[in-house]
Amino acid sequence: MATTTRPPATTAPEPQPTSRRRGGARRFQGGSPLVYAVAFVVVCATLGPVLYGVLSGFRTNGQLTESPAALPDPWVFTNYTGVITNPSFWQYTLNSVVIAVITTAIVVIFGVMAAYPLARYTFKGREALFMVFVAGLLFPATVAVIPLFILLTQNFGLGNSWWGVALPQAAFALPMTVVILRPFLQALPKELEEAAQLDGTSRIGFFWRILLPLSGPGMVTVGVLAFVGSWNAYLLPLLLLQGDMKTLPLGVADFSSEHSADTAGVFAFTTLAMIPALVFFLAMQKRIVNGLQGAVKG
Amino acid sequence: MADDAAVTTASESSATSSRPAAGTTRTGRPAAGRPAGGRQTNDKNLRKRLEIAFFVTPALAMLVLFVVWPVITAVQMSVYRWNGRGPMVDFVGLANYVSVLTDDVFVGSLVNNLVIVVASIAIQLPLGLAIALLLNRKMWGQGMLRTIIFVPYVLAEVVAGVIWFQLLQPYYGVLDTLLQAVGLEPPPQGWLGDPDLALWTVLVILTWKYLGLAVILFLAGLQGVPDELYEAAQLDGASWWQVQRRITIPLLGPTIRTWGFLSMIGSLQLFDMVWILTKGGPANATSTMAIFLVNEGTRSNNFGIAGAASVVLFGIALVMAVLYQRLILNRDKGVA
Repeated sequence: MATTTRPPATTAPEPQPTSRRRGGARRFQGGSPLVYAVAFVVVCATLGPVLYGVLSGFRTNGQLTESPAALPDPWVFTNYTGVITNPSFWQYTLNSVVIAVITTAIVVIFGVMAAYPLARYTFKGREALFMVFVAGLLFPATVAVIPLFILLTQNFGLGNSWWGVALPQAAFALPMTVVILRPFLQALPKELEEAAQLDGTSRIGFFWRILLPLSGPGMVTVGVLAFVGSWNAYLLPLLLLQGDMKTLPLGVADFSSEHSADTAGVFAFTTLAMIPALVFFLAMQKRIVNGLQGAVKG
Repeated sequence: MADDAAVTTASESSATSSRPAAGTTRTGRPAAGRPAGGRQTNDKNLRKRLEIAFFVTPALAMLVLFVVWPVITAVQMSVYRWNGRGPMVDFVGLANYVSVLTDDVFVGSLVNNLVIVVASIAIQLPLGLAIALLLNRKMWGQGMLRTIIFVPYVLAEVVAGVIWFQLLQPYYGVLDTLLQAVGLEPPPQGWLGDPDLALWTVLVILTWKYLGLAVILFLAGLQGVPDELYEAAQLDGASWWQVQRRITIPLLGPTIRTWGFLSMIGSLQLFDMVWILTKGGPANATSTMAIFLVNEGTRSNNFGIAGAASVVLFGIALVMAVLYQRLILNRDKGVA
C-alpha cells in the first residue's frame, strides 16, 4: 500500500461544512426513475434476507412450512421469549461483551500510542517502522490460528479464557488501526505542536493533553471497527472456547445445528444475536466511513 | 534524568530500525554546532528515541507475541511430524509440504480460493462501481440507502451464513418455494448440496455480504473528486457517461486499487461463511485452504500438515500481495 505520508485532504478530524452538497452542477440532475429503480432493487436484495429472518422469528414452524414466503399471521412471540429466557444466551452475550471490550481497549490505547510517533515525529527509519505495521496486514489470521491455539493453550495457559481470545484479536487488529489512525494524527495542524512547545509542554505532555482529546473521532472509528470485529469473530473462539465460555457466534452456530428443525427458533436466535453489533455500527456509521476513507487514500 | 543510561539498552533493542551511530550528531544540522551544542543534541536525540520506544513498544510487543511468533511456529511445525503433544522431535524435512501439495483436497481448496479471489473482484468491482456511481447524486433517501447497503457487511459471517442456510433449504426453504411458485424447478440436491452449484452459491452469498464495503469505499472516494472538474466538464458539454469514464473512474483509481487488495487478502483467508454453510462440502467442492488447515489441525491432529498448509497459504498471500503492489498499486495515477 502506497499509504499516505501527506495528510488526506478530506479527512480532517473536525467535520467540514460540505460545500459539495450544493452546486447543482455536481450531480447531473439527480433522481431519474432508473436510479430509483436500481436503488429499490439494491435495497430489496440487501435487506430481504435479514428482514425475512427477523419476521420469521415471529412465526411458528407450522406457518413457515405452510407458506414460507408470508408475513406472520398471527404474530407469535414465543420464539423470542424462548431465547431471552435462555440462560445460555445471556452467558454467551456476557462473554461476547467482555471479550469485545478488552479487545477494543487494547487496540485503541496501543494503537494511538504507536500511531503518534509514526505520525508526528521525524526520525530515521520511521517509514520502515510503519511498514512493519503495514506488513502486519499481510499476515492472515488463519495462517497463525493453529499455532496460536497451541501457544495459548499450552504455553500461556489462556485456553478457554476471555484474555486468550481478546489478546490475539487485538494484535491482529493493530495494523489496521495504526494505518487508519496515522493520517488522522497527521492531519492535526503543526501550529498546535509549536504553540504547545512555546508554552513549555513536552512532547509527551502534548500527547496527553492535546493530541488525545483531539483524536477522539479517529479513536472512535478504530474502536468501533475493533469492537464489531471482535463481536463477529468466529474462528479463534471456535478453537479456544468451550462450554460456558462460548461467545454469541458460537452459540448461534450451535443452536442452528442442534435445533435445525426449529427454523423459527433459529431465526429468533440469530436476530437477537445480531442486534447489538448492528445498532452500534449504524450509530457510528459516518465515522467508520471517514476512517476507512483516510486509510484508503492511496 | 539520571537513569537514562540504564534504559538505553532497552530502547536500543526495541526493534526500531533507527540507530544513528552513538555519539554522532544528526547530519543535516547547521554546521555551527559548538561542542556543548553537540552534547545537547545527543541528549535530545536520546530522549526522543526513548519516547518513540515508549509509544511504539506495546503495539510491537503484541504483534511479535501473537502474530509473528505464531507464524514462525507454523513454519517450525511444518517440518515435523507432530500431533500437538510434547516436543517436536520427529523431523521430516519437506515431507509435509510434499503431502500437502500432492493432496487433491488441498489443491482443490487452493483452486477454490483462487476462483473466489478472481470472481469476487470480477463481480463486485463492476457491480459496486455501478451502484456507487448511481447513488452519487442528489436523491431522496440517500443517507438511508448508504446505511442499508452497509448492513450485510456488519453482520457476523455466522449470522449471515445461518440465515442463508435456512433460506436455501431444499424444497422447503423460501427461495425454492418461490421458484416453484413461478413454475421453475429448483436443483434436486439443493443449492448448497450440488457439487457443481455449491461454490457459485457461496459466491453469490459472499457478494451479498461484502458488496456494501465496496460501495461505501467507492462513495467515500467519490467525495474526493473536486466539483470544479464536474463543472468544467459540463461546460464542455460532456455527457454523464463521458464524465464518469474520463473523470470519476480514473480519479477513483487509488480507492479501487486499495479495495482490490483488501478483497484479495480476505478471499484467501475465507473460512467462517463456508464453514457455516457447507463445512467445505459437498465432496470438498467449497473447501478453502483455511478449511483444510483447520480440519487437519483439529480433527486429524496433523499439526505438521496444518503447519505446511499455513505456510503455503501465507506464501501465496505474500506472492500475490507483492505482485499486486508491483503491478497495480505502483502504477501512476491513470486509468484504473
